[in-house]
Amino acid sequence: MPETCTYIARSSAIAARALAGEMMVMNSADSTFFTLNEVATAIFQAADGRTPLREIVRDRICGQFDVDPNEAQADAEQFVAALSSHGILKVSNQPLSSEPAR
Amino acid sequence: MSLMTEVGQKAFNLGVPIAVHMDVTYRCNERCVHCYLDHDDHGEMTTDEIKGVLDQLAEAGVFFLTFSGGEVFMRRDFFELVEHARSLMFNVKIKTNAVMIHEEEARRIRELGVDTIQISVYSHRPEVHDAITKLPHSLERTVRSIRFLREQGLRVTIANVLMTANYSDHAGVQQLAAELDAQYTLDPTITPMMDGDTSVLALRIPGEELKQVFSNPALVENQEEFCAPPKAPSEEDLEGYSCSAGHSFCYISPYGDVFPCVQFPLPTGNLRQQKFLDIWNFSPQMQEVRSIQAKHLTVCSSCSHLTSCSRCPGLAYVEGNMRGPSTADCEKSFYRTGVPTANMLRLGLSKPQSTTGDTAHLIQIRPIAVPA
Ligand code: SF4
Ligand code: SF4
Repeated sequence: MPETCTYIARSSAIAARALAGEMMVMNSADSTFFTLNEVATAIFQAADGRTPLREIVRDRICGQFDVDPNEAQADAEQFVAALSSHGILKVSNQPLSSEPAR
Repeated sequence: MSLMTEVGQKAFNLGVPIAVHMDVTYRCNERCVHCYLDHDDHGEMTTDEIKGVLDQLAEAGVFFLTFSGGEVFMRRDFFELVEHARSLMFNVKIKTNAVMIHEEEARRIRELGVDTIQISVYSHRPEVHDAITKLPHSLERTVRSIRFLREQGLRVTIANVLMTANYSDHAGVQQLAAELDAQYTLDPTITPMMDGDTSVLALRIPGEELKQVFSNPALVENQEEFCAPPKAPSEEDLEGYSCSAGHSFCYISPYGDVFPCVQFPLPTGNLRQQKFLDIWNFSPQMQEVRSIQAKHLTVCSSCSHLTSCSRCPGLAYVEGNMRGPSTADCEKSFYRTGVPTANMLRLGLSKPQSTTGDTAHLIQIRPIAVPA
């Protein structure tokens, strides 16, 4: 059976800005405010709706940080689930449209 | 420390302008008695100019962006500006009198993902509110607009500026805010006019009444802490700075002039002539503001109120010395705690000096650079 892909995209309702390499993210709907560490920031910035999560983890995380690939994938999935529950990331098994990140 | 405070502190330490207040116009449909603005248009930035400035602000790391005025909706391109700001992922707040917001505008504001709308309400009584705004039926229209915004699920904050004319109405406004399911915030600060005219300061709540405001538990939480006698500043406190103005915050006028704060009219540069980051990083005035530590303050460094005082360097600047005391804050510190301030002791006063004196220097808010 072919592996299903997860696509992630930034929601249009959020505000986001990098501060010294870490992303500040705020959801205007409920004013939840997060800061993302370097690894989470890399995932957030790569959430263009077109690149599968697995590819993001391989290229942007395993390629840049010293992490175990399986652990990185599991962490990324957890992180994506948490941010999608706050309406910050949209998740689908189809490509999505995304807002630019700065 | 909350995450938000932590982030603010980080931006302060790094000198990143994390928050900007931008007035997009000084034109207004109201004529509030206490307003400090010259409402004529002396050459506001165009739509493209403001969009260009917003691009620069995003690059500079600005996250919190407040659009204010004048009345923002006097600009026909206002939604275009908000849309551009949101496409750059700013957290956008809007300050407005809301008179021009109807169902359609409220829906658009929600669609654009605006964080909060702050709306001025002076009284729950139309005759008092409308006498302050000098616009008939303005309270009725503002309240109707707040309902439209709330129906869209938007966060609304009612800002209640207190002055002599509406001083006794704060409880009514608080109740109105509760009925409308809006936040309530109170501000007893009246600022001199932009042209240096201090006559509006006569509208400030006199000291004794200020004392009643501060000791009213409905208006001030943590009474005990708020009104506690001040603790003498430590060596470490003397190394500290006044506020975020020029450190992690600044103000941009409709003409592109950049100031350390909306209440600190020290010109630092103009965006029609210089890049934002050049002004922010290299303007000698910005650098001067940034260099002032508590130990450099002429009177305040020896004041027991130093760490708890709301001393505003902008108001001090308006009084003639950005390193000096701000009389309005001296007054607040004294009436909050009953403890004399260093400024009073220096002048041998038993009560703080009145803030209605003609002490303000000319504040240059008309375009500093005439557009080419
Ligand atoms: S204290 Fe005054 S200058 Fe500083 S941020 Fe507040 S209003 Fe602005
Ligand atoms: S009370 Fe007055 S003198 Fe004391 S710190 Fe505040 S502004 Fe300065």
